[in-house]
Formats: sequence, C-alpha cells, structure tokens
Amino acid sequence: MRLYELAKVLRSKNSGPYEITLDILFDDPEKYRRVVDSGRVTRESVAQLYHLSPERILEFVRYDAALGIKITYLRDVPSGTVGDRDVYGAQQHAPLMDIDIP
Amino acid sequence: MRTCICSPCGILGYGFPEESFRRAMAEKPDAIVVDAGSTDAGPHKLGAGVAIVSRMAAKKDLRLLMQGARELEIPLVIGSAGGSGARTHTEWTLSIIRELCAELDWHPKTAVIWADISNDVILDALAHGALEKMSENVPDLTPETLALTNGVVAQMGMEPVLDALDVAQIIICGRAYDPAPFAAVGVKRGHDAGLAYHLGKILECGALCCEPGTTKDCMLGILEDDGFVVYPAAPSRRCTSVSVAAHTFYEKDHPYLLHGPGLLLDLSACTFTELGGGRVRVTGSRLIPQPYTLKLEGARPVAYRTFVLAGIRDPLLISRLEEVEREVVRGVHAYYADVPPESYQIHFYHYGIDAVMGTCEPFHDLPHEVGLMFEVIAPDQELANAICATVRSSYLHFGYEGRKSTAGNLAFPFAPSDVLFGPVYAFSVYHLLKVENGRDLFPIELAEV
Repeated sequence: MRLYELAKVLRSKNSGPYEITLDILFDDPEKYRRVVDSGRVTRESVAQLYHLSPERILEFVRYDAALGIKITYLRDVPSGTVGDRDVYGAQQHAPLMDIDIP
Repeated sequence: MRTCICSPCGILGYGFPEESFRRAMAEKPDAIVVDAGSTDAGPHKLGAGVAIVSRMAAKKDLRLLMQGARELEIPLVIGSAGGSGARTHTEWTLSIIRELCAELDWHPKTAVIWADISNDVILDALAHGALEKMSENVPDLTPETLALTNGVVAQMGMEPVLDALDVAQIIICGRAYDPAPFAAVGVKRGHDAGLAYHLGKILECGALCCEPGTTKDCMLGILEDDGFVVYPAAPSRRCTSVSVAAHTFYEKDHPYLLHGPGLLLDLSACTFTELGGGRVRVTGSRLIPQPYTLKLEGARPVAYRTFVLAGIRDPLLISRLEEVEREVVRGVHAYYADVPPESYQIHFYHYGIDAVMGTCEPFHDLPHEVGLMFEVIAPDQELANAICATVRSSYLHFGYEGRKSTAGNLAFPFAPSDVLFGPVYAFSVYHLLKVENGRDLFPIELAEV
C-alpha cells in the first residue's frame, strides 16, 4: 500500500520562517505501527526523497500518543523572501504520499 | 476550580458563524480570547506594517466579540493585534475598537500591552551577547541592518497579560506567544500553567483540532484542577482523542516539546480521553520553567521585484526550457553591459515541472503545458522593471534551435504582462533575547475608548 492510503493526515507547514515540518498522522494504531515497523519512513529515506543532506533534517520524531510522525527540515530559502517558492510551506508533503509500505 | 474560555476563531478577522458564537456564549465562558497573529505569511506584514485581514473583517468579528463580552461581563483578550503586533498593527486594532465603542455606546476599561522593542535594547543586547539566532539561516544582525529594520517586536508570555487582567476588560496585546493570552486567563484564576498553556496552544487555532477542522469556527476549553476539556461550539464538529493529540503537531518543529517565553511545555505524558458529545479531556501537560528569553521578530525591505506570468504549450520549447533561459539571461547581461550583473537576479519558475518544490522535487516528467513565472529582483523598482521587460521580450521572441513557432514563445494571460510587485522583505531579526523577566519590556497602557 502507499502511504497516503494508510495515513489520515499527510501535510507540510512552516514551523517558523526557517523550517518546514512534515506531519504523517494516523487514526488507527495498527496502520501507524505498520508504517513505523516497515522501516520505509526514516530520516534517511526522507532525506533521499527530498534530496536533503542529512544535517538539514532537524527533527525526526514519533509521538505514539498521537499516532504521528514528524519530520522537520531546514528551508533553503526562508519563508516569503527572495527565492522562496512556498510561503506557508503547505505544499511540500506530496512526495511522501507515494512511499510504498509493505 | 473551573474556567471556561471561548476562542471564536483562529485569527481575528477570519470570521466565524454567528450561530456558533451564540452557542459558545450560552456556555457562559469566563473569557473570550482570540489570537490575531501569525508569521505564516512571511516577513511582509511586519515589514510593511499592514494587517493580515481586512479592516472590514476585523471589525465584523470584533463587534460580535465585544457584544458577547459586554453581555456576560467577561474579559476580551486579543493576542498579536493586527497580525504582527507592532505599534502600527496594535493602533490599527485600537482604532477599530474605539469605533465600535462609539457605535455600541459601551466604554469598558481597555488596556494595550505594547510589544515593540527599541533599537537601544537590541543594540545593548547585541553588545553583551544576549541575542541568539533562532536558526542558523538567520542573517547576522548588525547596527546597519537593524537601522534598516521596520519595528522589532517581541513575543510576550502570559505575565504582562496577567497584570492587564487586573485593570481592564478589553486587552489588546501587541505581539504575543500565541497560547499566552489564553494561559493568562487560566493562571489568573489559579490554574496550573502547564495545562493553561497547552489549552492555549489548542484554542489559538479556533476549531482546527476538530473533525472537520477549521480556523473559522468557535471552540471552548474548560480548565479543571487536573486537566482540561475541549469541544467545538458547532454540533457539526467534534473533537476526537486523535484529532486533539494530533493538533500538538501543528506548525511546530517537535510534536511534544514546545518552547515558549520562559518555559518548555512537555506534552510527552499527556492523555487524551474522549468523553462523548465531541468532547476530549486532556491531562498530563507539564510546564518546565526555563531561563526567560523572548523571541524577537523584525523585517526589512531587501529588494524590489517585477514579475511576469505566461503559459507555454509548445512541446519543442518545453523540452529545452533551461537552455533557452540560459541564452535569454546571457542576452540580457550583454544588453545591459553597463549594469553589474550581480546587482540583480533573474529567476524562472516552471509550474507543472518543479516550481513548487525546487531542488526537493523528486519527479521531473515533462507536462504538455507549463506555467512560467519569472521575476527580476533588483535594488530599485525602476531597474527591476527595465530588466524584466527585456527578459520578457527576449523570451517571447527567442529563436531556439529547431523552433517552428516563429511568431512567439509565450501565452500571456494579461496585458500588460509585467507586474510591479514593490518591495520584498526578509526577517532581519529572528533572535532570542535573554531577559530578567517577562514583564519589563511590555508596558501596559490604559486607553480611552
């Protein structure tokens, strides 16, 4: 299955003007565990998918109480200034959707 | 002890259904608290001194909120007035409230908490190492860049709001940490600060933590001795344990550790329990006091922009965009040989290929149509206009290898095609300032209304 079929929420947003944060949230503990246990969504796999050097990923955290995974990375251009492409950072999540989860 | 707080919407001026607000007021809340602020839209609002919402929308919302506060004789607290919370934004909000006070013939005690930080304070902190960048990408702050900055604000914590609650019914806060005005209402009435801040973190977005979620509807939160309960005013929405827990993720770098003024909020041990009726009870929010720091924000103009939108449908051109653009830029540099090329920038964005994600884009399949946007960034508007006009005419008529469409390369949706954008801003201050306490830099002033 692909990640978008398992996740309830798949989104991106600024966390302040210098970072973008990706949220993958589930409404079912089994789906959450399936994704976590698959090893397909990791700091390394996201860095590779987004062409980010590993040190640009500032946080990769699971929060079991909320059935969610959060990945925060450093923007190359701050929000809303010269060269920015997504002021709210709201459309940076899409490549996650197609991650294949066995 | 029980304290009920109504949050009418996520940003003052975003609007909310009147019916929801009536339902919320029927719950007899002890305060109405509304967040008006955000840096989501980038540095422009702060730098240019303009609001996020229209004056008409802010006034429409405020009228209902003031009527509610008047009827129930409860405080109305506005966080981050006018969006960015600098003096000009705060005065804008105050002027709307004055207008409404006259129209409603109601003149409650009103306090303004200013959040502007003077350059003297910042220069002193800079000299004494009391400033720390919020991110490695924040530019170095110098006295020169500070002089070009339009108004620096600090995000206040709950402390000045606690003081203002003693003296006024309507409180207009300059820039505030979004949850702080909510937390102040709870702590004033004796509640635990960890629970009060966590409730504030949820309520500041309106009904966003519901299913379906929105910033444009009313939420209620009830602080109790060992937890709090949240629920939407509208019966068409509900909170679930997952929707409320998941909300702690929103717009933050970490899902359960939140840094605020003088505090770290640790939500790792929280429980989220559905009570039925769309209500969720939260316990376990923990506030860990930290050395007091204030988050400073300041923006300055860095350049001027002129841009063009155009469509490209010709597959021969779509297959060689980068090569054509390289040649267009080369031609522009040659034509303006007397202008140093490093004094301006030309950027091309290809909607349909990688305009949204840039270097992060994993897919590069060519579409049958491309939305082209190009911009020229220059030290003044006149130069940006001139360079952009030459980029546009060069691109329109560029004779690339193998071209069949010899009449023109671009489909402009508008005439004229070139759009003068005006100044582009950047955050020049985005630092933490070490302070003795959370009160001294936020003067409270009683305002005549």
